[in-house]
Amino acid sequence: MASTMMRMGRHTVPSAIRGWAQRRAMATATLHTERLPDLDYDYGALEPHISGDIMKLHHQKHHQTYVTNFNKALEQLESSNDPEAVVALQSAINFNGGGHINHSIFWKNLAPTSEGGGSPPQGNLAKAIDAQFGGLDKLTAKMNAAGAGVQGSGWVWLGYNKELKRLVVETTQNQDPLQSKGLIPLLGIDVWEHAYYLQYKNVRPDYLKNIWKVVNWKDVAKRYESA
Amino acid sequence: MALAFQVAGTALLPCNPLRAAALRGAPTPSSRRISLRGVSPRAEFHLRPLPYEMDALEPHMSKTTLEFHWGKHHRSYVDNLNKQIEGTDAERYNLSELVLKGYNNGNPLPYFNNAGQIWNHEFFWSSMCRGGGGEPPAKSEVLELIVKSFGSYEEFAELFKRAGATQFGSGWVWLVLTRDAKLEIVKTSNALTPIVWDHIPLLVVDVWEHAYYLDFQNKRPDYLAEFLDHLVSWQAAGERLSRAKAFVNVGEPVIPDL
Repeated sequence: MASTMMRMGRHTVPSAIRGWAQRRAMATATLHTERLPDLDYDYGALEPHISGDIMKLHHQKHHQTYVTNFNKALEQLESSNDPEAVVALQSAINFNGGGHINHSIFWKNLAPTSEGGGSPPQGNLAKAIDAQFGGLDKLTAKMNAAGAGVQGSGWVWLGYNKELKRLVVETTQNQDPLQSKGLIPLLGIDVWEHAYYLQYKNVRPDYLKNIWKVVNWKDVAKRYESA
Repeated sequence: MALAFQVAGTALLPCNPLRAAALRGAPTPSSRRISLRGVSPRAEFHLRPLPYEMDALEPHMSKTTLEFHWGKHHRSYVDNLNKQIEGTDAERYNLSELVLKGYNNGNPLPYFNNAGQIWNHEFFWSSMCRGGGGEPPAKSEVLELIVKSFGSYEEFAELFKRAGATQFGSGWVWLVLTRDAKLEIVKTSNALTPIVWDHIPLLVVDVWEHAYYLDFQNKRPDYLAEFLDHLVSWQAAGERLSRAKAFVNVGEPVIPDL
C-alpha cells in the first residue's frame, strides 16, 4: 500500500501518509556510512621523508574530515525530497567522497622503507614501466614534473587505461578521483599543500623527490594486476 | 630610520596601510619598474613590499608565515611571470591588463596564473593591517552597505566565513561591490579574481593552505575567524569603496524638487 501511494506521486498523496511511508522506507533501508581506514604503519614510520606530524594531521584531521562530511552529505541526500536539494549536495558529495577515495588509496601506496617502501617495482609492472616510459627514473621524472605543475590543489597519478592497456601519468584537481578521467588509479601522490607544507614549505619539488623513497610498489603492482 | 618613521606614522593615523605606505615614500601602486636594457626600455614586475613589517600582524598571522607567503610564494609568482612574458607582447601590459587579457573569457592564457596570483596577493596584504579586525566603524559607508546587503554585520561575517570554509581546494574569498551597487561575497578558485567579471573588490582573504597552514594547520575556520576578528582592514575597504563611487552609483539618487 505504501509503495502504491508513493507511485501516485507526492502531489496526490496526503502529506501525513506520505511522511509515514517515507519513515517506513527509511527505517528498513540501512544508511551506508564510511569510516576512516587505519594506517598499516605508525605515523612516524615514513620519516624522514614524510614527517610524523604531517602523517598524523593528514590522517586524523584531513582524511577524517572528508569521511565525516561525506557521511553527513549522504545522510542529507537520504532525507532530500526535491531535486534542488539533491543537486545542491553534489559538490559536497563529490569533494568529500573523492577525498575519502583518494586518501584511502594513498595510505596503501606508501610503506616504511623497512617494509619495502621505496624498493623498485618488479615483474609485469616493471616491464610495463620500462616499455612505456623507458625506465623508472623517466617515470618518476615525468610524475614529478606533472605534480609540480598542478596549479592549486590536486593529485598526480600513475593510472591505467583499460581500453588501451596503457599506463598513463595524469593529474586531477582538488579531490576529483582518477575515475573522473576514465583511468584506474594505481599510484596517487597528494600535492595539496597540507600533504607537505609543514616539512617542505613551498618547495613542492623536494617533497616529490623524496616521496619515492616510501612508495609501496608492491601495492601499486597489486592494483596493476587486478586492473 | 624607516622603522621609526612608520611607528610614528601609524601612531598618528588610524589603521591605514595604503596611506602609511605612501607616507613612507613606498613605490606607487604600480608594480612596474622600467629599466633600460641595451637600447630599448623594457619593464618587469617586482615584488612590491608589504605595507607593514613582517611581524606587524603577530600573533594573528605569524612572521614566519609572512616570510614564506610573501617572501617565497608571492616572490616566485613575480619571478615566474617575468620569465614567462619576457620577449613577448605581454611585456607591455600592466598587471591588471595582464589579468584581464590573460583570463581570455574563461580559457586562461599561460601567464594568467602568475599574473592573477600577484594581483590577488598584493590586494590581500593591503586588506589586512596591524590592529585590524572587528566591525567597520559605526556610521561608515561600508557598514551601512553591509547592513543593507546582509542584514547585519554578524550575518555578513557568518556568510563570509562559510564561503571560506566551503571553497573546496585552493582559492580566495572576496567582498566585492558589483556594478549595480550591491555588496556580494564571491569565492574564486586558484588564481581567479572577480575583476574578470567586472566586480570591484573591497576585501579578500587567501584560503590557499599555504596562507594558514603554519599557524592553524587544518583549522581553516579558525583562520577565517582570526582574519575577521583581528586582521581585516576596514580602512582599506572604505578607501576602495570611495574610489569605486567614481564608477558606481552607490546610495539612493537625490532627485531635486522642481
